[in-house]
Amino acid sequence: MKKDIILCGVGGQGILSIATVIGEAATAAGLHLKQAEVHGMSQRGGDVESDLRLSTEPVHSDLIAHGTADIILSMEPMEALRYLRYLAPDGAVITASEPLVNIPDYPDHEALLSEIQALPNVTMCDIASLARESGNARGANMVLLGMAASSIGLVSPDGLREAIARVFSPKGEKVVEANLAAFDQGMAAAKKKV
Amino acid sequence: MEAKRLLLGDEAVALAAIDSGLSGVYAYPGTPSTEITEFIQKDPAARERGVHSRWCTNEKTAMEAALGMSYAGKRALVCMKHVGMNVCADPFINSAVTGVNGGLIVLAADDPSMHSSQNEQDSRFYGNFAMIPMFEPSSQQEAYDMVGYAFNLSEELHVPVLMRVVTRLAHSRAEVKRGAPREENRLDPSDDRGWILLPAIARKQYLKLIDKQPLMLGKSGSSPFNTLTLTGEKGTGIIACGIAYNYVKEADPQVSGILKLSHYPLPAEQIRALAAASDKILVIEDGQPFVEHEVRAILGAAYPVEGRLTGALPRTGELTPDSVGTAVGKPTFRHFPDALNMAPRPPQLCPGCGHRDVYAALNEVVADYPGARVFGDIGCYTLGALPPFRTLSSCVDMGASITMAKGAADAGVHPAIAVIGDSTFTHSGMTGLLDAVNENADITVLISDNLTTAMTGGQDSAGTSKYEGICTGLGVDPAHVKVVVPLPANMSEIKETIRQEIAYHGVSVIIARRECIQSLKRHSAKKI
Repeated sequence: MKKDIILCGVGGQGILSIATVIGEAATAAGLHLKQAEVHGMSQRGGDVESDLRLSTEPVHSDLIAHGTADIILSMEPMEALRYLRYLAPDGAVITASEPLVNIPDYPDHEALLSEIQALPNVTMCDIASLARESGNARGANMVLLGMAASSIGLVSPDGLREAIARVFSPKGEKVVEANLAAFDQGMAAAKKKV
Repeated sequence: MEAKRLLLGDEAVALAAIDSGLSGVYAYPGTPSTEITEFIQKDPAARERGVHSRWCTNEKTAMEAALGMSYAGKRALVCMKHVGMNVCADPFINSAVTGVNGGLIVLAADDPSMHSSQNEQDSRFYGNFAMIPMFEPSSQQEAYDMVGYAFNLSEELHVPVLMRVVTRLAHSRAEVKRGAPREENRLDPSDDRGWILLPAIARKQYLKLIDKQPLMLGKSGSSPFNTLTLTGEKGTGIIACGIAYNYVKEADPQVSGILKLSHYPLPAEQIRALAAASDKILVIEDGQPFVEHEVRAILGAAYPVEGRLTGALPRTGELTPDSVGTAVGKPTFRHFPDALNMAPRPPQLCPGCGHRDVYAALNEVVADYPGARVFGDIGCYTLGALPPFRTLSSCVDMGASITMAKGAADAGVHPAIAVIGDSTFTHSGMTGLLDAVNENADITVLISDNLTTAMTGGQDSAGTSKYEGICTGLGVDPAHVKVVVPLPANMSEIKETIRQEIAYHGVSVIIARRECIQSLKRHSAKKI
């Protein structure tokens, strides 16, 4: 059993924290994993992407092959579309709906959302609003992780909650609680969509 | 023994070095190598032992200091990105001739596909050039295991060893199991005259290095990191170097055999054995076709060898599971066409960054001088070449802004302006500034000082608080060393200062100083 996840967004949106939490949960569950990330120049407001591979068997390649990703998990709708070549035929696209416009030629928002909705397996929410509703405006990345929680499969939602507690515990109980609230908000929103 | 840890390839190297009795790491930050030194700086055991881990001014000073530590009998590690090998090439090549006392590992992190670099040079050519053993790990665990092995080999053969990693290993996490830790070496400075590379001694030392070559070949021929697996079938034999082995395993092709290659010099006997069992050889390697060339030399022109040179794999760029899959007859498939509503999102300077104010001012001033050229350098501020600023005409290597501006001024360009960051200036800009001062070159140097090495994540900058002193010490007229604070509110003052210094026909330095917005955020967070 394997789960290949493309994590993507814009530099500074916190995709590496999502990777850290999933990685922590997977390690605790005794899974094998590899997670390739990009540092350096791409961090500065540009597109960022991380390949996260979980498996019950040893993982060879650090990178995900074309047409094999089980999930594209994106903090930004246009960024979700950037990696379609990697998506498996039955792969899921789980993404934020609100655009981050920091380039002059950002595409038309309606057309962009329609193109995403036309894909076979989409969960899309306004994660910034959900984060605010959860009382943790800075927790949009944990909202997104919550939206994906039931799709990851190899690690359970409870496993992810425990991993959030361990990863954020050095920052204090309040930060843990706020991130769990955001995560739960994301999970509930994804359930409603289904 | 603790459980497995999830580590970046860089962190696996760092942890292994600490566990192998490291006494000092010497490095200048550079993607994708930076996290090695950062890990050692933060590691509690390394801190308690007092392992040296402060950043160096550049890769050459790092290499030389590490060689000095090795001379003193202790184990040292030098880390850099691939282009850093060019900067330290002089001491690196000569360290093979002097030989080492304490174990010495030189780690070069190559960046095929140029994710964050200006070229994709392959450091294995340097290892071959220096005639020393080389290691190229295929996984994070192997990176960990190799470090201790490489230190032992370095001490056994009295030569430095080169360890080459690539971005996809350096910046990828996987589980790593630790081995038993080892004590540091005791202080035991060498008394060998071989360290004095006067020609008469250097000739003898060079012959010693030549004499060690069969030993090195014997070691790689029996290395635990090189494995030849023959299937008994006829067909293609694969040589998979470093992480290429993972892509081959992922594709799981039908082959006559696979030589997993992670320890150089090339194990010629294993290559001949694979060739004898195969109809042809396919070389799969990340970076430049280094092994492909060498294998042709070993097997002769008549034996069919394929790889990047024959088009079996793309000539440039990093390997991917897709390019390797295609090369081994297991192509991958896209199921969705590329999206219509998509645009490139290049990196850009952060909102509120001081470099932005520097470029805003510079663009307005330069617009009045049709002959002006602005020479750039390496760092976040290289992004000033892209929209919306498009200020820069060049970006070549660390420090080149000042010397290129000088050369262009020599040729008659006016105004010739250099934009260089604080850390890049101390790395390789100072010597060029001295050239300019000695000839009273008509250049204007803008040091955009954000008090940190920002591009690589905010490491200490070697010259912080010393820039005015360095410039006047090198001989720049103190009346033409100006300091401005790059903020929108100061725009008219900044522009006026630039205009004045362009009007001065000699060397001027304008230091635009304001802390990096990212490191400012980190510092404020710490205070709370």
